[in-house]
Amino acid sequence: MAATKNGEARNRVDGYQKVTGQAKYAGEWQPPGLLHGVVLNSTIAKGKILHIETEKALQLDGVLQVFTHENRPPLAHYDKSYQDLDAPPGTPFRPLFDNKILFNMQPIALVVAESLELARYAASLVTVNYEKKQHEVDFEKQLQHAFIPKDYKAVAPPEPWGSPAEAYHDAKHRLSATYTHPSQHHHPMEPHASTVLWEENGRITVYDKIQGALNSQKYLMGVFGLAQEDVRVLSPFVGGAFGSGLRPQYQLFLATMAALELRCSVRVVLSRPQMFSFGHRPKTHQRFSLAASEDGQLQAMIQEVYGETSRFEDYSENVISWPLVLYNCANASLSYKLVGLDVYTPLDMRAPGGASGIFALECAMDELAYQVGMNPLDFRLKNYAEKDQFEDKPFSSKELRECFRQGAEKFGWKNRPNQPRTMQEGHELIGWGLANGAWEANQKPAHAKAVLAVDGKLTVSSATADIGTGTYTIMSQVAAETMGLELEQVTFKLGDSSLPKAPLEGGSATASSVGSAVREACRQLGKKLLELAQEVDGSPLKDIPFWEVEMEAGQLRLKKDPTKAMALTDILHQNQKDSLAATIDSQPSEEQDNYAIYSHSAVFVEVRVDEALGTVRVSRMVNAIAGGRILNPKTAKSQILGGMVWGVGMALEEESVMDTHYGRFINHDLAGYHIPVNADLQELDVIFVEEEDDIVNPIGAKGLGEVGNVAVAPAIVNAIFHATGKRFRDLPVTVDKILENDEV
Amino acid sequence: MEKNTPSPIQKESIMLTINGTVHRLEVEVWTTLLDLLRERLKLTGTKKGCDQGQCGACTVLLDGQRINSCLTLAVMHDGSEITTIEGLAQNGKLNPVQQAFIDRDAFQCGYCTPGQICSAIGLIQEGKAKTKAEVRELMSGNLCRCGAYTHITEVVLEALERSRT
Ligand code: FES
Ligand code: FES
Repeated sequence: MAATKNGEARNRVDGYQKVTGQAKYAGEWQPPGLLHGVVLNSTIAKGKILHIETEKALQLDGVLQVFTHENRPPLAHYDKSYQDLDAPPGTPFRPLFDNKILFNMQPIALVVAESLELARYAASLVTVNYEKKQHEVDFEKQLQHAFIPKDYKAVAPPEPWGSPAEAYHDAKHRLSATYTHPSQHHHPMEPHASTVLWEENGRITVYDKIQGALNSQKYLMGVFGLAQEDVRVLSPFVGGAFGSGLRPQYQLFLATMAALELRCSVRVVLSRPQMFSFGHRPKTHQRFSLAASEDGQLQAMIQEVYGETSRFEDYSENVISWPLVLYNCANASLSYKLVGLDVYTPLDMRAPGGASGIFALECAMDELAYQVGMNPLDFRLKNYAEKDQFEDKPFSSKELRECFRQGAEKFGWKNRPNQPRTMQEGHELIGWGLANGAWEANQKPAHAKAVLAVDGKLTVSSATADIGTGTYTIMSQVAAETMGLELEQVTFKLGDSSLPKAPLEGGSATASSVGSAVREACRQLGKKLLELAQEVDGSPLKDIPFWEVEMEAGQLRLKKDPTKAMALTDILHQNQKDSLAATIDSQPSEEQDNYAIYSHSAVFVEVRVDEALGTVRVSRMVNAIAGGRILNPKTAKSQILGGMVWGVGMALEEESVMDTHYGRFINHDLAGYHIPVNADLQELDVIFVEEEDDIVNPIGAKGLGEVGNVAVAPAIVNAIFHATGKRFRDLPVTVDKILENDEV
Repeated sequence: MEKNTPSPIQKESIMLTINGTVHRLEVEVWTTLLDLLRERLKLTGTKKGCDQGQCGACTVLLDGQRINSCLTLAVMHDGSEITTIEGLAQNGKLNPVQQAFIDRDAFQCGYCTPGQICSAIGLIQEGKAKTKAEVRELMSGNLCRCGAYTHITEVVLEALERSRT
């Protein structure tokens, strides 16, 4: 049976380390004799290197080596060896493999020196001659060459439902519009970094910025032909990632190569501009054709997506399922083509596919609501999906209606005049908009181990990560609750490739997957404890089956008669054991296959637009979430707030600007690439509606990393329409666009 | 290989008081205060988010004022007093701002946090911020990609309140 009531709001168990500066991130380990590597990147987007002149750098006292494709050690040859656990179909990029340049800012050399400053200076002395070829980085121009990939990394477009073209043609209300957003970069505040500790016996311990230590370990084993016991990867603290740490990035390869070759410990940290030199959220163009009957019933939904990819891997994400996860419509067609460019392969970025697809869908739905002449909230409720049409399955739970109700009430939606451009205060037009969203909440297989020591301390472990998501804390809570212990008695270990296997920390799957494994491991430990308890002479628990006992207050006791009890530590004592361990391999139940498992959100936004200045301020947001059982309302709220901040970034600020002439992102620092700052956020409200779900997983939790984000950007854009009466279909809605747009 | 070019950089002697401890240091003149703290003195609590003065992760208190330590060279601060995140707790007791960051969950990944905390303490000492809007504006030099701003603002307002009473 699933646990039902929400968990307790607790402070983060790693909070003390984080506020005192004791938490150490990947680039902060300092083994003796540490060398520093600085990466040199290509300045062209396509062609080949004719010559790299490294002599001047090598002449400097304190510079140990400049690695290039010419002097790198022998490496694995097959694609498979380079394919990490998150690799899309294709041929993964191989750093320093040969002289070919596949994208701008490709890493082409690593300068290794005794100090960071010296390595950086030496890198400035390296010169490169190229033979340039004409690159293609202009998405709009390449649209005509869009193709259907052999394999979709995420969801492949299914066959159409009904007759969408005819239904569209025959319907009373029709909307057809194209929505776009640019490439965006993750920009965790901690730049990507790897520190490789080299040991005399040739083994290495690697501190890497990664959302799954096992992925880096697998990659290094494949590329450098290392045995599993020769490489251990650790990532106890990750300074944000948002998807950028799902794949091992090139600093890991370079630092490891240098350490193995120089037989020394090496660290490589990327600079902020270099954070633009690998994966990003792919730019998309989405054409939506929606139609509705006179009374506002959806008649047709046609979504045509074009998404960016590299020339060497076919990256795709789930942009297309959302119309039929969120709405009910008999005639629909969904298509998704890729546009190959001379760029690095895109990479999952917070709510990959969902953020893009739901943005376009929810803006289009808003437009259609106005054509029909309905309040956008009523229009959505009228077309509410009672089951998931995309997979043709019932929802395991769906309290989205309650999200709408509670969100609308808190926001004061009923006072909203439907007519746009009707609210004003001083110079500012005021607009209220909404959108709804969803995110998958499936459980994945995961392993965990629980060890109880005779002093009463419980240690639980799994090779997952905490990228700020609160994994340390919520897993400790799940363990404490299952074992009937105090939170302070529990330690959770993660970020270590030697721990029991866990899936990559991403896609909001950790709470559900690892949480379930932790619970099962603790229950398994409970069963073992019961067996031991029954071996004790005069045991009060003789012949009692496990389902009749509970673990509470540090005891194993009979549910119906709690006086029949044994302290957990006593059980170990009496059996002369220092500790007892249980390991579990937890699998999703088969029943889950019969259901569509999603979390949902409804977002209400107020914006204030100054048309003379072109500014948009998001003055108020309410985000109502149905995310199953909330394990820790405190960390959960932070996750949702973070998602809302990201929505502001996507709607109004974030854009990696491609200079088509140089084939390079031109605004490559945090002055050029704007992310929201403190002053960009005002009143943010989060509501968790009650949602019981005993199908999703044994702990009833759905994961919150993405669902707090997906509907925010469209709600903001819809609010801008309500303020100004003008539609903005190309993100981000920056000052220039507000000033320019005079189409009412 | 025969090395024939010595490192092009000269060294200077400086004295810094860091978290109450006096350090006499020979520093290369191209070393930033941030790299001195992190690489040489192993005070990695001060973070490097951009090395370009654009994120605030490297904020420390220099003679009581908040500065971006990546934007200044160590040699420029001979005789100065520096407080980093490692120096805020007194006798094992957290500074109230540190404690409030934990209690209000004003961070997620924690990477911007030392900078936010030093910046918050610097801001309170400046006495410039009075309203919520001013706090938001004057804390905007410290980016937080995890988006903990709402809680950070609450912490600072609460600390301002405390400092007035
Ligand atoms: S590291 Fe100094 S401002 Fe970013
Ligand atoms: S807590 Fe992660 S960047 Fe602020």
